[in-house]
Amino acid sequence: MDNLIALLIAAPLLGAAVLLCGGRRLDGIGHWLGTLLAGASFVLGAVLFVDMLDRSAGHRTVTKHLFSWVPVEGFQADVGFQLDQLSMTFVLLITGVGTLIHIYSIGYMEHDENRRRFFGYLNLFLAAMLLLVLADNYLLLYVGWEGVGLASYLLIGFWQHKPSAATAAKKAFLVNRVGDMGLSIAIMVMFTTFGSFTFPAVLGGADGASSGRNTAIGLMLLLAACGKSAQVPLQSWLGDAMEGPTPVSALIHAATMVTAGVYLITRSGAVFNAVPDVQTVVVIVGGVTLLFGAIVGCAKDDIKKALAGSTMSQIGYMILATGLGPIGYAFAIMHLVTHGFFKAGLFLGAGSVMHGMNDEVDMRKYGGLRKYMPVTFVTFGLGYLAIIGFPGLSGFFSKDKIIEAAFAKGGTEGWILGAVTLLGAAITAYYMTRVMILTFFGEERWKHAKTPSPDQPSVEPAAETHGAHDEPHPHESPKSMTIPMIVLAFGSVFAGGIFGIGDRFVKWLEPITSFSHGDSPVGQWTVTAATIVCLLVGVGLAIAQYGRGPVPVVAPRGSLLTRAARRDLLQDDFNHVVLVRGGEHLTRSLVYLDHSLVDGVVNGTAASVGGLSGRLRKLQNGFARSYAVSMFGGAVVIIAATLLMRAV
Amino acid sequence: MNPVNYLYLAALLFTIGAAGVLIRRNAIVVFMCVELMLNACNLAFVCFSRLHGNLDGQVIAFFTMVVAAAEVVVGLAIIVSLFRSRHSASVDDASLMKL
Repeated sequence: MDNLIALLIAAPLLGAAVLLCGGRRLDGIGHWLGTLLAGASFVLGAVLFVDMLDRSAGHRTVTKHLFSWVPVEGFQADVGFQLDQLSMTFVLLITGVGTLIHIYSIGYMEHDENRRRFFGYLNLFLAAMLLLVLADNYLLLYVGWEGVGLASYLLIGFWQHKPSAATAAKKAFLVNRVGDMGLSIAIMVMFTTFGSFTFPAVLGGADGASSGRNTAIGLMLLLAACGKSAQVPLQSWLGDAMEGPTPVSALIHAATMVTAGVYLITRSGAVFNAVPDVQTVVVIVGGVTLLFGAIVGCAKDDIKKALAGSTMSQIGYMILATGLGPIGYAFAIMHLVTHGFFKAGLFLGAGSVMHGMNDEVDMRKYGGLRKYMPVTFVTFGLGYLAIIGFPGLSGFFSKDKIIEAAFAKGGTEGWILGAVTLLGAAITAYYMTRVMILTFFGEERWKHAKTPSPDQPSVEPAAETHGAHDEPHPHESPKSMTIPMIVLAFGSVFAGGIFGIGDRFVKWLEPITSFSHGDSPVGQWTVTAATIVCLLVGVGLAIAQYGRGPVPVVAPRGSLLTRAARRDLLQDDFNHVVLVRGGEHLTRSLVYLDHSLVDGVVNGTAASVGGLSGRLRKLQNGFARSYAVSMFGGAVVIIAATLLMRAV
Repeated sequence: MNPVNYLYLAALLFTIGAAGVLIRRNAIVVFMCVELMLNACNLAFVCFSRLHGNLDGQVIAFFTMVVAAAEVVVGLAIIVSLFRSRHSASVDDASLMKL
């Protein structure tokens, strides 16, 4: 049975290799092959899941040693896999949602001549992510980690003929490199501390290691998580990553990539539990990102960017929960899974809307689409209800638990975190309602938009066949796109209930992450009631602002905060001023130092030696008598010295 | 007579010879000054021989004479060929060995 683990990764990897090396002759079947292999991976995952359920909770972990990777004296690196409850959860999410996105892409990318290459990249993405979650040591995890970075680069820049997409891909890659550096440093520190980087050695030894080492490892792992999971301060790539095709956004935001950071922190829980200070930093990062993403999401008119802000915010919830320690790990992963469902559904819905609207992304040019796209409307709507935490749907169970856990942290900290998470819930409700109203309700603003606005010239290749660009003709998407959306909508509705009722999910993960209840100063039902009140306030505000009366097609100037939020709360400006300018100044001063000091020493030595020898050359004047003088003088000096020595 | 006085004389002769070598330009005169220095040395050797009461110094004086004779042969030949090629016996004219 444990041989299947390797096959789980091999299937999409094979797909990637065949599709990327096979060339144009596979154009006809490439998308089917890619989807088939992703599906095969899901089936294997399901088989392993059933097999795992057969065993008792304590014996569910399966390990599989594949081969020795670097068999060197004193440095043992193996390729081995570890499938436990945590990995299993990720495997099912990655392959399940991944397969649905593959199916969706068949329709979405139908008119793209590079569809085969696209599917190759998608398979590569799945393979890298599976490697990341299945590795049994940090070094192999790092391979998957880098693979995810590479695949995201290739996919975000898939339409590389658009300069904006190429730039966005580069940006994502570069920002991720900062995080990757953190992970590599963490692995090095692990090796010097524990002499190994397998999970049992590191996590088992974390309690015994010095707090300095644990702090270093924890902070570096957090940096890594910030990079992949788009947390402050490494969040800036996520918004630009929307340049990729919409299924890519769904894949990055729901099933892969951004979940990697949450996985890393949860997996390394023992290290974080050992140093409460680092946990506090994790909580702060999560809390700040939670509000940051939510505020950005409120101001964006681009439907995908609004959803991107929302992802950032929801991942902030998860990171915050992981920072709470054993109180929060299980809920972080639970929210991750439910978020995987509804965020994938929302992105695929957004893609479907764009598909029907000539790839227009500005929500101010939508409106009233519920009549034209009923399936998209219903599935998107269910995803919307799930993400705002409407009672009974997925998001309600998972987000409510995180808010409870935040209060259960105890003390002043608990109150602050609880307030932040509640505020986040209210803002989430506000911006998602805004997206919903602007897109599906209100008057049909696209009818007045005679010409595509000049700042949205990017007509994706898929739009070429839609004929007239003057006025969009909203229509429902093909079956290959709507079916995955329907499946995801089911997940958005029921997943939370299945996981949450009776604490099933917590019990499932408990052997891996451990669990403690904490002591909440407020009752469970009080928190739930407060959450629902926040939710209603958010929804009410959005309806008051956008639901009553016409929405201007051109965005009004807005307040200072709105304008800042439209510019992603000045994240790029900050990076530009502090990092780019700072870097330029640093390099310039280094160049100056190089020219003046280093070159100065070298050139100065050469010049002084040259000058000295020029002077010495003057002595060689060719006059025999002057040579005689020097010989005579030399003899006198030697004799004088000899006599002097004698005398002394 | 105190033999040390001969040493003073030898030193005086050597100094005159050395000054002549350094100052005079005419190769013949320079040559003569070299001979003067050699002979000053001889005088000193002989004087030391007398002072120490053995013959070592006198033996070395003979060697010096032999060397001086050989030097005269070679030196005069060089001066003659130098004069032939440059029509001058000035040592400063032969200053080609410089950069």
